[in-house]
Formats: sequence, C-alpha cells, structure tokens
Amino acid sequence: MKHPPVIETRGLTKYFGAKCALRDLNLEVPRGCVFAFLGRNGSGKTTTIRMLLGLVRQDRGEARVLGCDSRELTPELRARIGYLTEEHQVYGWMSVRETGEFQASFYSRWNEKIFRGVIGHFGLKPEAKVKHLSRGMRAGLCLALTLAPDPDVLILDDPALGLDPVARRSLVESMIYLTRRSDRTIFFSSHDLADVERVADHIAVLDYSVLRACCPLEKFRNGVREVRLQFATPPPQLPPLPGLLQCLRTENALRATFVNLSSDTEQALRALNPLTLEVISLGLEDAFISYLGERGEKSFILSDIDMEATV
Amino acid sequence: MCSGTVIVILHIHIHPGSSVPIYRQIVEQVRHKVATERLGVSDQLPSVRALAETLVLNPNTVARAYAELAREGVIETRPGRGVFIIAKRRVIVRAEARRRLDPLLNTLISEALAMDFTREELKEAFEDKLNHWSNDKGDKS
Repeated sequence: MKHPPVIETRGLTKYFGAKCALRDLNLEVPRGCVFAFLGRNGSGKTTTIRMLLGLVRQDRGEARVLGCDSRELTPELRARIGYLTEEHQVYGWMSVRETGEFQASFYSRWNEKIFRGVIGHFGLKPEAKVKHLSRGMRAGLCLALTLAPDPDVLILDDPALGLDPVARRSLVESMIYLTRRSDRTIFFSSHDLADVERVADHIAVLDYSVLRACCPLEKFRNGVREVRLQFATPPPQLPPLPGLLQCLRTENALRATFVNLSSDTEQALRALNPLTLEVISLGLEDAFISYLGERGEKSFILSDIDMEATV
Repeated sequence: MCSGTVIVILHIHIHPGSSVPIYRQIVEQVRHKVATERLGVSDQLPSVRALAETLVLNPNTVARAYAELAREGVIETRPGRGVFIIAKRRVIVRAEARRRLDPLLNTLISEALAMDFTREELKEAFEDKLNHWSNDKGDKS
C-alpha cells in the first residue's frame, strides 16, 4: 500500500474505572479496503470506534483517521467520515424525506441520488413516518443518511445488528455497491461471519480488549487448521505443542485445532503413531470460534503474534 | 465491448462458511462448467465488478478467482474487451495433477468402503458416473 493508512492506532488504551476496555491497540486500515472488526461482545469494539471518532478520550496512545489525530478532527474532516452507530438514532416524528433534508443541511456535500437509491433499496417510501419503520427499514434510513454525503471512509458500528436476513442482504449489497469508488474505505464491526466472508478483505480480531489478529481474511482462515488423528486405541496425551487452540478427544480419535501449524508440529503429531492423520482447512466461522473459543491452556497461544500487523 | 459476443450468465452458488474459500468456489465451478462444456472457448464472462455485484461479494474475491483461472489457462482478460474462456492449455505437469488427484481419490474410496461397497460395485459406479459426465458434455445450457 502506497497510501498512508486511513485509520491508524498506536498503543491505544482505555480504562473505565479499574476495568481495561482496550489495551495497546495497534491497527492499520489500508485505503480502499473493506475491513471487518471482529470480536465477542464486550471485547472493546465500540469503545475503539468511539475513540476513532473522538467521542471518547483515550487514556494512552493515539488514534488517527484520514491522517488527523482523532481528538482534533475538524468539521471538514468529519464530513468525510461516515459514521453509523449501533443505535440508529433518528426522530420518530419526521418523515423519511424530512430526515434526509434535515441531515443534508449539515453537509456541504450531499448526494440526493445516493440517499434516494439506498432508501429505495431498503423499500422505504419518502413520506413514511420514521416512528412507523421496522428495525431493518430504520437501519436502511440511517445507512442512507450516512452514505449520502459520499464519505471517503465509512465507520459502521455493527450495522447488521438486529436485522432480518432480507435487510441484512440489502446492507451487504449496499456495502458492495460502495466499493465502486475504489478509494473508499469501509471499516465495520460485525458478528455475522458469513457476511464478513462475502464483503471483507481484511479482518482484525479483538478478544478481552486485546488485538489477537490483524491480517487479510484469507490469511486468518489459512492460519487456523484442524488436524484429525485416528487411533486403534484410546488416543495418547498430546505433548505441549506450539499454537494449539482446542483439542477434542473421543475413544479412538483426536481433533485438534492449531494456529500457524508448523511442519515440526505435524511431525510431532505423526510421532504419536496415528492410523491416519488429516490436516483440514476450516471455514471462517469455525476458524474464528476455534481461535476465540474457550480452552484450558490459553498460554499456548504464543505464535498468534505471527498474524498481527502483516497487512 | 466486443461486437456480437453475449456475456454468459454464470450460475454460481456461493456458500459462505464452507471450508472452501469463496474464491476457490468460483474457480471450481467455472472449471466444472468448462469441463462439462457448459462454457466453451471464447465465451465471455461477466466483468469482475458485475460478477461481484451479482454474487454479492467483495470484488477482490472475484478478481482473485479470475487471476487463478487465468493462471490455470482457463480464461484470459483481453484489455478493453473483457474476460474470455480460452482453449485449455496444460499448465500443471502431469505428476502434479496426479498428486492433487490423490486426496480426492482417498476420500472417495474411504467413504465408499465405509458404506460397504465392494471393489466391483465401486468400479461400476465410477464408470457409470464417467459415462454420465461424457453424456453431459452434449447438452450445453
């Protein structure tokens, strides 16, 4: 990437009282990419997003959007950032059209065609009262309000939250449509990994306030592998192996997932003399669950540093 | 746009969540259509952008699939004109092809044996399927 990152954080840290909400986040979002920000509930995604926009003040570190410190974003720069909150706050007494006009009055750049296009895509009538809209329609309206100023960077906080499958598909279609402008960057948080797989090219994974991976989506998926071993007798204990994520044991089989499975580890597994040994790739969702799921020995996960910051 | 060429409609089914990456799903389905002659030499494929919007995918994923298909000698991008199916060149050496076939055969045989097929039954089913495929080649849809 020749362009400087559109979003960049260095050592970004936030405490709420004694609780650490985000620890030392280093993130780089390249220009023109669709970047999915993943993590379980409470892992620090919304806090990060709010700091990117200068709405929450960090305790340590730095966040920059469009090259500017998030604490010093000017109105001109803010106009180039489209921000969609989780809450979809709009006035119930306004109509869809009035909401658009109201929002437009705050922007020097407002593309009515985009606004009409997106509300149409979500099946919204301009005269409909906002208070009568379904959740999916409201999400569509808020998306239209966010997109109409034709922002250079979009920051969407869980835009799919609470949407039915039809509204979710409209959202994903809108996001694909947005990539028509190739210099536009989309940064969004989500729990829907099927949609993430469709639209994202980069992902970052937060877990317990710490960044655990930041890389192209394919790299993450390739980084997690499952090894299936079959035995004639009850499977032996696994020796300590680098990158072991989870291990499931049955009477005569062992299934273990690894991050950055090395040939040494594969050798070590073969040395257990299994009848068969298969290495299997996982879908994004399975890889994600293995990567973040509960396991006894979290300290094994040392080599996930390999997947960090190698955009 | 090339004169007289109709861009084919690619019926591709995408399964997110599968252990097969989405770009591979596209590659495999296009290859399959070429193998069964549902796609023929000089058929024009949709542009990266058009296919991405139809399948609701990030254009980079489609671009990656097309790059892979181009590397395999299945398609060719003609600048300013579009993406076309080309005569199949053999891009992987026989030994490598054989190596890639191996795990597929293993899966087939182990599944079949698990279902108590005899050698003869398996051979017969395999033959039938091969015949079916060569018949399939005729009806180009």
